[in-house]
Amino acid sequence: MNMTSISNTMLAICVAIAMQVAGPATAADKAPGTSPQANAAGKVSTADHGKFPELDRPFKTGPEVTQACLICHTEAAQQVQHTKHWTWLSTDPKTGQVRGKKNIINNYCTSVVSNEKDCMACHAGYGWKDQTFDFSVQKNVDCLVCHDGTGTYRKLPGYAGHPVYKRVEFPHGSGKFVEPVDLRKVAQSIQLPSRSNCGSCHFFGGGANGAKHGDMDSSLQHPGRYLDVHMDEKGLNFSCTTCHATKRHEVSGSRYNMMASRSGEAGIRGNADADPASCQACHGNKPHHQARLDQHTERIACQTCHIPEFARNDIGTELSWDWSKATIMGPDGKRMVRKDSAGRRAFDSQKGEWKWESHVIPEYRWFNGTSTYKVIGDKIDPSKPVQLSVVGGGADDPESRIWPTKVHRGKQPYDTVNMTLTVQHTGGEDATALWHNYDWQKAIGTGMNAAGLPYSGKFDFVETELTWPITHMVAPKQDALSCEQCHSKNGRLKDIEGIYMPARDGSRWLDIVGWALALLTLIGVVVHGAIRVVNSRKAG
Amino acid sequence: MTVEKIYVFKKFERFWHWSQALLIIFMLLTGFEVHGSYHLFGFADAVGMHTVAAWTLVGLWVFAIFWHFTTGEWKQYIPTSDKVVAMMKFYSVGIFKGAPHPYRPTTLKKHNPLQRLAYLGVLLFIGPLLWFTGWFYLFFGDWKAWGVDGLLSLEWIAFFHTAGAFMMLAFLIAHIYLTTTGHTPTSHIKAMITGWEEVD
Repeated sequence: MNMTSISNTMLAICVAIAMQVAGPATAADKAPGTSPQANAAGKVSTADHGKFPELDRPFKTGPEVTQACLICHTEAAQQVQHTKHWTWLSTDPKTGQVRGKKNIINNYCTSVVSNEKDCMACHAGYGWKDQTFDFSVQKNVDCLVCHDGTGTYRKLPGYAGHPVYKRVEFPHGSGKFVEPVDLRKVAQSIQLPSRSNCGSCHFFGGGANGAKHGDMDSSLQHPGRYLDVHMDEKGLNFSCTTCHATKRHEVSGSRYNMMASRSGEAGIRGNADADPASCQACHGNKPHHQARLDQHTERIACQTCHIPEFARNDIGTELSWDWSKATIMGPDGKRMVRKDSAGRRAFDSQKGEWKWESHVIPEYRWFNGTSTYKVIGDKIDPSKPVQLSVVGGGADDPESRIWPTKVHRGKQPYDTVNMTLTVQHTGGEDATALWHNYDWQKAIGTGMNAAGLPYSGKFDFVETELTWPITHMVAPKQDALSCEQCHSKNGRLKDIEGIYMPARDGSRWLDIVGWALALLTLIGVVVHGAIRVVNSRKAG
Repeated sequence: MTVEKIYVFKKFERFWHWSQALLIIFMLLTGFEVHGSYHLFGFADAVGMHTVAAWTLVGLWVFAIFWHFTTGEWKQYIPTSDKVVAMMKFYSVGIFKGAPHPYRPTTLKKHNPLQRLAYLGVLLFIGPLLWFTGWFYLFFGDWKAWGVDGLLSLEWIAFFHTAGAFMMLAFLIAHIYLTTTGHTPTSHIKAMITGWEEVD
């Protein structure tokens, strides 16, 4: 599982919901690749977990499996416990602000607090159901979600991160049943994380396939060259961890602390300073063999030209989520659900209204690697869209580059007296859960209480924006942007300030004076010539 | 009045003139596309061809400078105040009345006083302005390595490069027209092609 995405807030619920739609990764998703990165346990590893007597026994629960893992992998659990995949926390090294999925408010399911039972379907652990979760218990680390080689290991919302141990109807009342996981089989299938392992959470973040990122969705399980030149199944066939190289379970490359620019030659894999998850780690920052293109790397991120669009498939990505439409019921007073023409969620009485798009042209921003997030309890100004996450940087900052971003816009509730975004209790089937009772007051009351925040009892909805850099789905080079897509009057970078771009910029008055000079000269010589012709005829 | 022919433009000079003329026209054409004035070749091709033309012109100039100094022809551009007023009177009045040209070129002094001034202006002002700004424009990526990134801004380099281009365009228009002001409307052009100028 990779760190970049762990960063995605609220993944948890999301996956769960997504799985209702997309289903879990299947064994077929794990077709062995041709490269050693892909599901290679049986191919390149010196250990076949299917032959370990410690694993050849029935397991009742996930933690039991973890205990078996720890017999040999003595340091694994405490390693995981130091990572964002476990803590859901991230500290901004510059400001000291503590972010992470545990603390921030996002534009999708908003906040994990009071919704842990659902959200923790995507936590790499077992049993985080409320604020009392003990983060030091090693057996509660979930090894299987990242290392399952069967594609059958599935965590549903409502179980605080546990897989299904008993046959259960899911979703409740749907008449569909989920079979209990065969933990022995899963434990014996252990492998390095495949695209499907990471994707089981990161592709479905935000509650649906592709909803959250736009540059990550289930199409990356079997991508072609067009979609991702590195992951191309018939080509390089990279797994996530080829770039997100991992040491002591710490997955490199996190959106919380990104490297927005990297200078110099290509680095060495495994060198902690090399930031292996950046393009430049392998390509260097002068990769074009063409000076004019190479000089662009001083100001432009690789991604800007080489990811000309994101969500380059029919899955698409969500561009807005309007929570203010939630609790609007159908004519019969019951929950109403609607899909858009491409079969993607468009409305749900539980959650509000969504808008989706495929082949999205990014919005471009200066970015220096540091984003600022709204965390629970931050004051807001409701007179303008609240920036839940905003990328830092500018033209004057030498570390900044122009990056493609996905901007997700939405509306969510805030406390109109205390001027904070509210925490709402959404998931669950208890007396105050929004998705069960359709009552905002109750849901906010419970959520704010769980978060330890004051709630005035008055709420309204405010516009919100979430800006995330785009970095996956790198296109083949022939699909990169052409010069003119930026070097023109109304090009992709028309709103980028602080730099001079030939063909986009220029002095208006110089143009006026210059063309006037040329025109007057032309008129002058034409008149001069005409007089000569007329006079010579008279003379003649 | 008898028509006399004198040899004013040597072979290399004619080659230099015409290849330079083509390059400058081509660079105006591509340059203003890079500037964003219109769409013709496409930005990428315009930049590429503009650059190739620039290097070609640099090469041509290396030869031209060498030629001018080894032959002493550079003296043709030394400005003179002699007959400047007469020339201006001729262009503004006399030419309409069929008055005789006040300047008679010779092999040693082939440019009239206004030409000397105009060409010197091109050679000493418009040219260097374009060369200087063009060079830094071309090597924008090396500013940091050269330590000039704090001194220069691309915006101003582009501004003066474009300003130079406008001046060159105005010069070109006037220059082409003035070729018709010889003994006959085509005698100057013929001279630039054959080397032989018809004079009164």
